Amino acid sequence: MNAPDARTQEAPAVRAEPPTAAGRQADSEPIITVRGVTKTFGGVVANHNISLDVARGQITGLIGPNGSGKTTLFNSIVGYHPIDAGSITFEGREISRMRVQQIARLGLLRTFQQTRIYGKMNCVDNMLISIPHRKATVLDMFARHSREQLERAERLLHFVGLYEKRFLRAGDLSFGQQKLLEFAMALMNEPTVLLLDEPTAGINPTLINGLIDRLKRANTELGITLLIIEHNMRVIMNMADTIYCLAHGELLASGTPEEIQNDQRVIDAYLGAH
Amino acid sequence: MNETSKRSPLVWVLYGAILVAGALAPMAFPAYTNQMAVLWLMIVFALTWDILGGQMGYNSLGNIFFFGAGMYVSAVIQIGLYHNVSEYTDAAGSGVYTFTETQYFTGIFLGMIGAAIFATISAFILGMVLFGLRGPYFAIGTLGVAIAAGELTGAWDWVGGGSGISMPTFPGHPDTGKYFFYTLMFALAVSVFVFLKWLYSTRFGHAINAIRDDEEKAEGMGIHTNRYKRLAWSFSAFFLGISGAIFGNMTGFIEPLEVAFPTITFGIFMVVMVLLGGKGTLWGPILGAIIFHAIKEVTWTYMLGWQWVALGFLIVVIVVYFQQGIMGWIMDKKPEWFGLTIAQLEAQGAAGDGPVSSDPAEGRVGT
Ligand SMILES: Nc1ncnc2c1ncn2[C@@H]1O[C@H](COP(=O)(O)OP(=O)(O)OP(=O)(O)O)[C@@H](O)[C@H]1O
Ligand SMILES: [Mg+2]
Repeated sequence: MNAPDARTQEAPAVRAEPPTAAGRQADSEPIITVRGVTKTFGGVVANHNISLDVARGQITGLIGPNGSGKTTLFNSIVGYHPIDAGSITFEGREISRMRVQQIARLGLLRTFQQTRIYGKMNCVDNMLISIPHRKATVLDMFARHSREQLERAERLLHFVGLYEKRFLRAGDLSFGQQKLLEFAMALMNEPTVLLLDEPTAGINPTLINGLIDRLKRANTELGITLLIIEHNMRVIMNMADTIYCLAHGELLASGTPEEIQNDQRVIDAYLGAH
Repeated sequence: MNETSKRSPLVWVLYGAILVAGALAPMAFPAYTNQMAVLWLMIVFALTWDILGGQMGYNSLGNIFFFGAGMYVSAVIQIGLYHNVSEYTDAAGSGVYTFTETQYFTGIFLGMIGAAIFATISAFILGMVLFGLRGPYFAIGTLGVAIAAGELTGAWDWVGGGSGISMPTFPGHPDTGKYFFYTLMFALAVSVFVFLKWLYSTRFGHAINAIRDDEEKAEGMGIHTNRYKRLAWSFSAFFLGISGAIFGNMTGFIEPLEVAFPTITFGIFMVVMVLLGGKGTLWGPILGAIIFHAIKEVTWTYMLGWQWVALGFLIVVIVVYFQQGIMGWIMDKKPEWFGLTIAQLEAQGAAGDGPVSSDPAEGRVGT
């Protein structure tokens, strides 16, 4: 499929238990590991003992009914809130106690389900301030953007189809266009891993194929590992190499799209029989 | 925006005219030198308030603290260089203390530097504590700092307590003194403008705008938000500290509540001027300061006794009905003047209405 790398072709079998690192090859070490992560909000257990792997260079899907804890898991991974228990690593480094900005600067970036852009700035400025801040020194705070950065911003705006809207205020774009802008901003940041929270929600169905294509190209051409939350089954089955399914805050199943599609527990969860 | 970089010669003519008019104004209207100096001070207030309030989205009600702190730091330096501060304040201005011309100007010069340094550092430190607060909590927290500073200074005998300090008198004709302070205020306002025009054209400007529009998003994108926030407030404090040093010498007598830390006059004027002119723009605060100052002078002259009522009424009207300000209003009516347009030419050639074309050949993503 999309895996540019032969090493990552092997997909894990369907299982509800945590995958163990011991069973994997050293050279196919997952880029993100989540082990036994639990997160509660007051009495609500949003995530309970979740373990999963995101393989380097692949597209991994995260599905589950509304309220099953998908966004909560994203928030835990990017350091948006402290987790109650468990461990999260990124490129072998423990990140569960790091702050949002530090994690982002490591190259682990997310987009928001509610879509967040800088509404009063125009699209080009939204892009320019999204350059990587990894090695930004104090002097860089007063730098002007370079010709290359501007060209890259315009190229990416063109890539998502917003080039002609580039001087409009981002807040004046439609919801779907804001979603595309947020995706372009994420690419501008040159992340190693990108976590996308429902990238096709609010996108016109006739344009979804185009977006799928762009996501795949971000993965293959730019080499960005993707972890995608998605409710549209056609989309996620079409894109993902591996899919994890959550239900009621627990990991219900994982496997290839075919395996997930035929998993009775997943079908029951979506039909509300769980 | 790249449009703004190709500046027309007309703009340079405008800048030149303002500079010449600013420098010559006190000679043309010598009776109004002090009022005009205060106008430049108001412009400094508005421009520095807008750094946080307009560009970064943090409404500080305590910026007057840096003004007052600068005023007192400068006074202490100017006096302390040549005399015993505590004896000087005890004598309460009974002319036994003199300053030679050299002492006077050295004092003012070093006083302004000290004021700037003290204000900048205190903004950086206050920022570490207060930027944990958001929205109205930040506004109230900063207001608390300004009020507390006024009260504490009033209780501090070494700097004269509530009865204040008589500043060293200008060694020369009073009219020369007026012109001297006018020039300092004018130069300061021009420096603030030039500095901010540059600052807003760098990544700094984009970063604080991003913080204003969505701070959580900015954090999520890895922007060093704390650095930007603390530095932004420090810049504002730097200039406010200097303005306090100049103003203290200009009025000749300083005291905590009415002159140095006047939260309900200057402290509120800063906010109102920016709201009137249009926050988050460079010219808005300047326009706001000019109009507000003019209205204020007129009400003081013609509505004596009612001036506070009139001003209060104006403030309510601005806050309730005219929040976007003059520049914001123009921007709404004429977005194309500010480059906020669909790029028509390209639009014809491109995919039209389709945000995502399904044609994979469109748009390359090479790095
Ligand atoms: N900040 C919070 N405070 C309290 N409860 C929360 C919070 N965030 C999430 N929850 C709860 O945690 C559970 C999981 O929410 P989450 O947003 O992770 O679901 P989701 O799988 O992303 O759902 P959806 O598909 O609707 O986006 C829900 O019951 C939700 O109410
Ligand atoms: Mg969600």
